[in-house]
Amino acid sequence: MQQKDNEGVQRHTIALLVENQPGVLARIATLFSAKGYNILSISVGETLDPTVSRITLVTEGHPLIIEQIVKQLRKIIDVIKVLDLTASGMDYVERELVLVKVSARGEARAEAMRIAQIFRGNIVDVSPETFTIEITGNEDKINAAISLLKECGIREIIRTGKVAALRGPKSLKISGGR
Amino acid sequence: MKLKGADMFWETLIREGIDTVFGLPGGAVINIYDAYPKYKDKVRHILVRHEQAAVHAADGYARSTGRVGVVLVTSGPGGTNTVTGIATAYMDSSPVVVFTGQVPTALIGNDAFQEADIVGITRPCTKHNYLVKHTEDLPRIIKEAIYIASTGRPGPVLVDMPKDVIVGEAEYVYPEKVSRRGYNPNIKGHPAQVKRAVEAMVKARRPLIYAGGGINWSGAFEELKKLAETIHAPVTLTLMGLGAFPGDHPLFVGMLGMHGTYTANMCVTECDLLIAIGARFDDRVTGKLEDFAPDAVKIHIDIDPASISKNVVVDIPIVGDAKVILGQILEELEKVDIDWEKKHREWFEKIREWQEEYPLSYDKSADVIKPQMVIETLYELTQGKAYICTEVGQHQMWTAQFYKHIYPRHFITSGGLGTMGFGFPAAIGVQVAHPDALVIDVAGDGSFQMNIQELATVKQYNLPVKVIIINNGYLGMVRQWQQLFFDRVYSETDISCQPDFVKVAEAYGIKGMRVERPSELKKALKEALEHKGPVVVDVHVDREENVFPMVPAGASVKQMILEGPKTSENGEALKGMRPLNFPS
Repeated sequence: MQQKDNEGVQRHTIALLVENQPGVLARIATLFSAKGYNILSISVGETLDPTVSRITLVTEGHPLIIEQIVKQLRKIIDVIKVLDLTASGMDYVERELVLVKVSARGEARAEAMRIAQIFRGNIVDVSPETFTIEITGNEDKINAAISLLKECGIREIIRTGKVAALRGPKSLKISGGR
Repeated sequence: MKLKGADMFWETLIREGIDTVFGLPGGAVINIYDAYPKYKDKVRHILVRHEQAAVHAADGYARSTGRVGVVLVTSGPGGTNTVTGIATAYMDSSPVVVFTGQVPTALIGNDAFQEADIVGITRPCTKHNYLVKHTEDLPRIIKEAIYIASTGRPGPVLVDMPKDVIVGEAEYVYPEKVSRRGYNPNIKGHPAQVKRAVEAMVKARRPLIYAGGGINWSGAFEELKKLAETIHAPVTLTLMGLGAFPGDHPLFVGMLGMHGTYTANMCVTECDLLIAIGARFDDRVTGKLEDFAPDAVKIHIDIDPASISKNVVVDIPIVGDAKVILGQILEELEKVDIDWEKKHREWFEKIREWQEEYPLSYDKSADVIKPQMVIETLYELTQGKAYICTEVGQHQMWTAQFYKHIYPRHFITSGGLGTMGFGFPAAIGVQVAHPDALVIDVAGDGSFQMNIQELATVKQYNLPVKVIIINNGYLGMVRQWQQLFFDRVYSETDISCQPDFVKVAEAYGIKGMRVERPSELKKALKEALEHKGPVVVDVHVDREENVFPMVPAGASVKQMILEGPKTSENGEALKGMRPLNFPS
């Protein structure tokens, strides 16, 4: 279902539980490149069960494409569970961590510290010329912080990509329907 | 019991019921071949002459039996040569397991001699693949590979075995069961969806059953026939589905799609209910998507959820095994009491009109052999009982159209990938699986030369495969497109510089024949089919015969070209039908 216009394109956050084995990420990356889907962000980490990794993936496309992406992900044998958080109708929290290295000379030094404070960021590295500020939050907060810090002069930003969790006692489990 | 990896390999295959392996040895798998004589009473190894042929042969074995085909090759080029075969099996959902040797674990990534990252290379064209790290994992991985290849939507699986894993020794533990938490194919259809499907059948006035290769893999032949007869609906089949419903059945309207029958394509265009079973709405079937069954409610039965609403949005999806779901539908239909024949009478009147208006036809008066005549004669001589393999191109379409495919799993062809060179090695696999059956490879002169080296294999094992070359000295299908859509500029499609196929056959110690006149055709084919051993028949046919009907790529299926341009004016008219795009 190829549609070229951007109308109706949605951004979805998808949570996956996968076998913690070499090559699994390559399978997912191969799928996205072979089918022409787009990964906006991806983050991977081990879970409580060391044989299982959790991936949080943000992608975009028309609803039918998103449906295909979810189905194609489920076809990968090493993928144990897929939940499209955005489509699930369940509440979830999304967070991302960013390290921003800003110029910190003269007046900018105080300004950068103030902005870090406002966004409850931590200065995790200091040099005579720069601060590296760690900020955690949802996309809006991070974007707002970045746009303010631009005034000070950003040298580089390093983002982790999103992680997301269902709100309340519900969690993503291996057992049960996919 | 402690075993070496090489012994574990054979032992596990035997326990899994594998009786045949197609392969070609090399350095990385030499220990497996060294162990082979101990097991040769229980499993047969067929030595091919090119690794690509090993995969096609295993694929032919799988398609004609419904069981897993197995391949064993060495590392590096051994593996890379299998890629076309694997991609072919992947596109047609064929359960093939390919075992490749690999350089020792310690050398992986070092650009060692005959090293290739075959797991990486085949990731996009396998259902799953493995790099075995420890000898003790071999039995479990082999069992898993066979299980994954043959269940759900079948597909190829590759197992890469480093040399140290093969040479190493470990305790042999054969697992009784496979358990993969990420793999659990859905078999039974959702009962509510089954009910909705039956309701749609009750409502429909112009239903059409559109079935594909999924029927073969599921073995749903009886169920499909019973469904069609119960609801009195016409049946069209995809290329992969041919034979899944009897080709001589009155409800059969022929293949659909680019080279489908006029009737089948008109049925699709005008039906009000489309019942798709084990078919995937491929671009060669649908043509322009907006005009494919535009007025129909669409039911789609498929074991692969990702096939559903991929190209065409369907109204009633049912995920599961075709045989099981058709069983559920038939059970539900027992509760319905209506006169189906009466309900669909008008529909069939229309269908019979289409059939009379434009049946498949060709010019029989010619004094050269028409390719369609060769296929019709083969049907006449075999009555549909032969296994028919094909290569890819015009001869493939003529075989699809003019041979009546009556029996399931008897028509073996590369549909999705369209691999020239597939048919001959596939025929080898079919013949190995069915030693007493008549196995024919209908070939083009272009395709046959792509795996011609396998003549040595049929000679070595005296496999009585009959190769019938439809020889027009062209890459015919491309030439046809050039004629119809590219102003007859036959750019690089003339391959009339070719070997003497009779002499080639004879050089391999095989019977070779040539046929040039229509009057000799039947007698020669009869002689070839009755010959005890393998035979190559080089049939010289009309060089510029075309496959019709034809739907230009990207056009709607109702926009069929029914006959070739007879005059230059007619050719001008065809310019307006240039393909809108070449589907990638």
